[in-house]
Amino acid sequence: MARTAVPGRLTNRASWRVARLVDRRQETETAATLVLEVPDWPGHQPGQHVDLRLTAEDGYQAARSYSISAPVDGDRVEVTIQRVPDGEVSPYLLDVFAVGDPVELRGPIGGYFVWRVTDTAPVLLVGGGSGIAPLMAMIRARGMAGSRVPFRLIYSVRTGRDVYFADELRRRARDDHGLDVTYLYTREVPEGSAATPHRIGVADLNTHGWPPELEPACYVCGPTGFVERVADILVALGDDTRRIRTERFGPTGG
Amino acid sequence: MGIVSPGFQGRRRPSGPALPPGQYLTEDFPVLSAGPTPRVPLSDWEFVITTETGAEYRWTWDEMWSLPTETPTVDIHCVTHWSKLNTRWEGVSLDTLLDGIDTAASYALAHSYGGYTTNLPLDDLRGGRAWIVHRYEGTALPPEHGGPARLLVPHLYFWKSAKWVRGIRLGLTDEPGFWETAGYHDYGDPWREQRYQGD
Repeated sequence: MARTAVPGRLTNRASWRVARLVDRRQETETAATLVLEVPDWPGHQPGQHVDLRLTAEDGYQAARSYSISAPVDGDRVEVTIQRVPDGEVSPYLLDVFAVGDPVELRGPIGGYFVWRVTDTAPVLLVGGGSGIAPLMAMIRARGMAGSRVPFRLIYSVRTGRDVYFADELRRRARDDHGLDVTYLYTREVPEGSAATPHRIGVADLNTHGWPPELEPACYVCGPTGFVERVADILVALGDDTRRIRTERFGPTGG
Repeated sequence: MGIVSPGFQGRRRPSGPALPPGQYLTEDFPVLSAGPTPRVPLSDWEFVITTETGAEYRWTWDEMWSLPTETPTVDIHCVTHWSKLNTRWEGVSLDTLLDGIDTAASYALAHSYGGYTTNLPLDDLRGGRAWIVHRYEGTALPPEHGGPARLLVPHLYFWKSAKWVRGIRLGLTDEPGFWETAGYHDYGDPWREQRYQGD
């Protein structure tokens, strides 16, 4: 299995910094992007994540990991957070945490589920639900760098209302040359669509992915069951397991 | 203590054993893996311990499970902050497997079907603290959780408990594994919160 060196500044990376919320964008009814200002942010690669830590007045702490959904932009770090019903952390971050409030953050973390703008292989991104977040960082980094590497995104959502970054993805699918976006719906298709709701299957990956001969780099992110299913299909279709990178979101992301 | 998050209450555990710092309790069993889940037919499965001199000790699936097994009930702690209490496993103790193996090694590198590796001191595999397990909660270990068999070393963060384990190489020097090379801590003690290099 390939090993990926992580950029230096390890001591920096391991230490907690105080970030502040500077902006918030609602993505869906149950998800929002938080724009954080992080002094002396060392930068990150698309696909990496951060830990956020909350502290109550009596010192009680809770920490969770969140994918970064945008490429490097100075001291700004964007995370996109899905509400976990009855969660301990996500309802706070979505409902209570206000512009100007501090939160502790450390990162970037993870050196494997990463796409670099210098990579040249065709890319297949397969996202389920909130699993789009780190993939969006890759799509945006590609656009920002003017990369011509062909990208295909297969994005599985419950309904049309659950699409994150909907307007931007529509615009990029039109303007970012070499980016194809396919939506799959598991519960309800948008009005006027001829598709039928279904779980992602071999036909979807065959039709909208890349032939294995092109040796694509595959990034699969979503809930465990979704990732297991997609990765199994890609292996069965002949993709090299070493080129399939996965990130699984547990149901308890908080 | 960190800076206070205005209005954050949190959900403290009412009672029971404390969790390691930075961990929260889950009843689910989340999955953390870097790639696809390997499928290993039991007829091809083998487990091999290789010493620093190159000597190999091999067990087929049937040989492994003809050894005496133990049924540890342990707490597990994942570096992604979840902990799960009182998980029940069945497997062969590493003490049993290492018994009679002549080695001067101080380090172990577990390697898996699919290519995953993780390193730990050999001492941490001894003393009734590590097992090769093939059953979880009374049933065969599911593939996504490391079946047919995985390493179980619950006193370290759970990435050290290599899924789909295929063997252990013993060595005189410490060789970082997959996540350790990618920036995770070399040892990974949850009670000292050794998540990343530098912790």
